[in-house]
Amino acid sequence: MITTIYVPCDSAALAVGADRVAKAAQVHAHKNNIEIKLVRNSSRGMFWLEPLLEISTSKGRVAFGPVTPEDIPSIFNQGLGLAIHHPLYLGLTADIPYLKRQERLTFARAGVTDPLSLSDYESHDGFKGLRRALTISGELIIQEILESGLRGRGGAAFPTGIKWRTVASTDAPQRYIVCNADEGDSGTFSDRMIMEGDPFMLIEGMTIAGIACDATIGYIYVRSEYPHAIRTLNKAIEIAEAVGYLGNNILQSNRRFKLIVRKAAGSYVCGEETALLESLEGKRGIVRAKPPLPAIKGLFGQPTVVNNVITLATAAVILAKGATFYKNYGVGRSFGTLPFQLAGNIKRGGLVEKAFGLTLRELIFDFGGGSASGRPIKAIQSGGPLGTYIPEEQWDLPLDYETYTTIGGTLGHGGMVVHDDTADMAKLARYAMEFCALESCGKCTPCRIGSTRGVEVIDDIINDQNREQKVFLLKDLCNTMTYGSLCAMGNMTPNPVLSALNHFPDDFGITTTITTQ
Amino acid sequence: MTALPSQSNEKNLQAIDEILAVHADTPGALLPALHAIQETIGFIPADSVSRIAKALNLSRAEVHGVITYYHHFRSSPPGKHIVRICRAEACQSMGAEQLFLHAEAHLGCKTHDTTIDGNFTLEPAYCLGLCASSPALSINDEVHARVTAELFNHLIATARGQT
Repeated sequence: MITTIYVPCDSAALAVGADRVAKAAQVHAHKNNIEIKLVRNSSRGMFWLEPLLEISTSKGRVAFGPVTPEDIPSIFNQGLGLAIHHPLYLGLTADIPYLKRQERLTFARAGVTDPLSLSDYESHDGFKGLRRALTISGELIIQEILESGLRGRGGAAFPTGIKWRTVASTDAPQRYIVCNADEGDSGTFSDRMIMEGDPFMLIEGMTIAGIACDATIGYIYVRSEYPHAIRTLNKAIEIAEAVGYLGNNILQSNRRFKLIVRKAAGSYVCGEETALLESLEGKRGIVRAKPPLPAIKGLFGQPTVVNNVITLATAAVILAKGATFYKNYGVGRSFGTLPFQLAGNIKRGGLVEKAFGLTLRELIFDFGGGSASGRPIKAIQSGGPLGTYIPEEQWDLPLDYETYTTIGGTLGHGGMVVHDDTADMAKLARYAMEFCALESCGKCTPCRIGSTRGVEVIDDIINDQNREQKVFLLKDLCNTMTYGSLCAMGNMTPNPVLSALNHFPDDFGITTTITTQ
Repeated sequence: MTALPSQSNEKNLQAIDEILAVHADTPGALLPALHAIQETIGFIPADSVSRIAKALNLSRAEVHGVITYYHHFRSSPPGKHIVRICRAEACQSMGAEQLFLHAEAHLGCKTHDTTIDGNFTLEPAYCLGLCASSPALSINDEVHARVTAELFNHLIATARGQT
């Protein structure tokens, strides 16, 4: 009997030796005449268990992890999937609490399928959304997306359906679908997981967007730091084209859609949609003033949908399962699920897809198990380098767009970076300004000059050079950046700076009274 | 520091011309063309700027502007291996700064520099998407996570063995 063995090919698994584990499994099986079929699946997103090795059994897939090549003989010798007393044995994968408690809609196939197997994709609900989209009008597709309540998962949370409708209703010789896969926020990797682990889903979502908006060309702008994602996407596009899911006559519908992968070049600000469009046009990634909105005048001056990877991938789920299905998840006006990413100093880091409304405490402690160092957690940065540091008194608030807006925070792209009590918040505030200085496109003065002055002012505060006055100066500078910058880079950099200052004044050597004055 | 020249030779120029011919009709061709040149030659030679500009119907200033704007593009040759260590927040929370200092000391070179033997160029990265397994680094396209000082030394020794 041939037993199927799964070893992930996700970067986060490769980075801790998954290739060596896969090789060891094959060599051991060959030497001992054990018949196995090795599948390089995507990752389940439980990164503290990578490399995770799964074995298919009559009861389902059982898991072992984190596995090293040296563990292979002891896992295999007791019979495949039977080593239930092995120290790395985790039981049935689907029953692992971290996975079981999630609501995986966009990540339903994560860790289950082989990323480049079209038959795997099709047998797990793949292309159902596209098939349905081809039977209804573009207007109805957009209606479905509108009704689902889907909002941009890149961070801005703009209603996706409204963006699509604007593009569809703007007269033009050519429209474009652009996927923002410039996932530059520290603490985020959900886009990478989709591109490396479920690339057909992104292709399907973008094709649906193309049909809905009558756009025939799509670009995926992927950061250069993601070479594996770029390779996987290109292969997936080739496969999809060969069988007619992409091309000039999609599934004999007379509809056409072409996808092109573009490699970015290491500029953080190109994650901002207008800078991204400039970059796609072959220019420096300088932010454009809005209006005109990209939906009206975007790539090469044509109406353009710019959506994040998760947004576009989720459109495929919504078309397959219906707006109501999706809308039933979530709270308030935050409908559906968000793939949260637990990162930094965390014991069980990884991907947690849950409906909006759970709390940071549940996420970090129930799922994440607290800090990796075992020390108390001091602050959690929510929403990337432009997100606020959340202190403990706010960990019990529901995670939804509106609540986080009221506390001056952001969920952003769902990345949560944990820092333990050894973190120096003044140093992290300084880093936020330093990063802005490094990555500012230079178009507007508050961001270009404000960030450099910000570093200097924070240095003065740290070094007690006229500290009290410099705190006022820093706040004033942040105010200018917030209200005077052209894009999120400049106007959100004050978020981490001011939240660090306001919640952790001790680290700046000041008393609370100064910050609240 | 490296002693390698940052000018093109005949063979490079021919490769550049071939790449430019492929990309001449691509909309927004400059970035794909620059990537292709850097992937082939390892960097973008300063004296190729006017060639690129002419082929893509751009000004030299536009080409120079793009090369210098993006962190990824290099105007001088890197070492045989490019080591990129993540310095962003998630990795910082797990000791990335100490790892970076260790790397500088171990390699004997600073950020953006190349080792004397021309084997390694040290670059910062701002997120490799391995934030749940910090600290992370990449050596060329190969990624490594949960990197300790010992593992770093081992990875460097292994890479040296391959050179």
